[in-house]
Amino acid sequence: MKAGIILFPGINRERDMAIALENSGGVKPRMIWHKETDLGDLDLVVIPGGFSFGDYLRCGAMAAQSPIMAAVRAHAARGAYVLGVCNGFQILTEAGLLPGALLRNASLRFLSMDCHLRVERANTVFTTRYQQGQTFRAVMAHGDGNYFADDATLDRLEGEGRVAFRYATATGEISPEVNLNGSARSIAGIYSDNLRVLGMMPHPEDLVDPLMGGIDGKPLFDAIAAA
Amino acid sequence: MKAIVTVMLKPGVLDPQGKAIAHALGTLGFAGVNDVRAGKVIELELTETDPVRARAQAEDMARKLLANTVIESFRVQVDG
Repeated sequence: MKAGIILFPGINRERDMAIALENSGGVKPRMIWHKETDLGDLDLVVIPGGFSFGDYLRCGAMAAQSPIMAAVRAHAARGAYVLGVCNGFQILTEAGLLPGALLRNASLRFLSMDCHLRVERANTVFTTRYQQGQTFRAVMAHGDGNYFADDATLDRLEGEGRVAFRYATATGEISPEVNLNGSARSIAGIYSDNLRVLGMMPHPEDLVDPLMGGIDGKPLFDAIAAA
Repeated sequence: MKAIVTVMLKPGVLDPQGKAIAHALGTLGFAGVNDVRAGKVIELELTETDPVRARAQAEDMARKLLANTVIESFRVQVDG
């Protein structure tokens, strides 16, 4: 598994992501500055979290226009894997690689806390090390994580099995009390139509080593490393 | 030529900033504010001097970058 991490100015979670990828895959990922235009033969491209271009205009709007994004589009179009976390998810929606948009949290509060994600399907390249319906702990750290799409798009995502994760209680129940950013249908992550592009708001890379306080996110990286 | 692009969240898209502003106005004693929507105004100084072409340029910019048409609508005003 050859992985690369894309860096935009203002991205700040690339080192945690690199640790998670190397921890599971055994290979240091390539770091790719956003002005580069060639991704080579990478199997996986990761867009990590942060505040690319200072969140100017809209979160991810500027990054989506960066030179490297043409290569990311081509990478996705040939069926290779893409993972976008937090700002990375916002960038993927702004770039049109995933449907919908991330709005300001309904509470207007920046949310920095643990949450539980329910695994909606365990048969994608990202989730084979989880069980369908299980929950795992992840860390939210965002001000604009309120997933929005129109009803037709949401129905299509559900019908095509493209909802990856939902905010849930530790035991897997969905409720407004644990959908803190107000996301439509409690959606925390979605897939592209070929299930090879995953965007998610919470950070699985924050929990990949007992020293970090848990390894709940490690199965995601183990799964992709084994793909 | 100046083009002014106004970007607003579409009707039906929750606008928590507008709600917070409405709440603050109520706290300040302004009664009768039924709803508040917050948006952005972007002013463009264009070299184009033809108003029709200037509008077309600004609309293209709005569709491709200034607005996210999944959640936002925009309108363009061209000032001679």
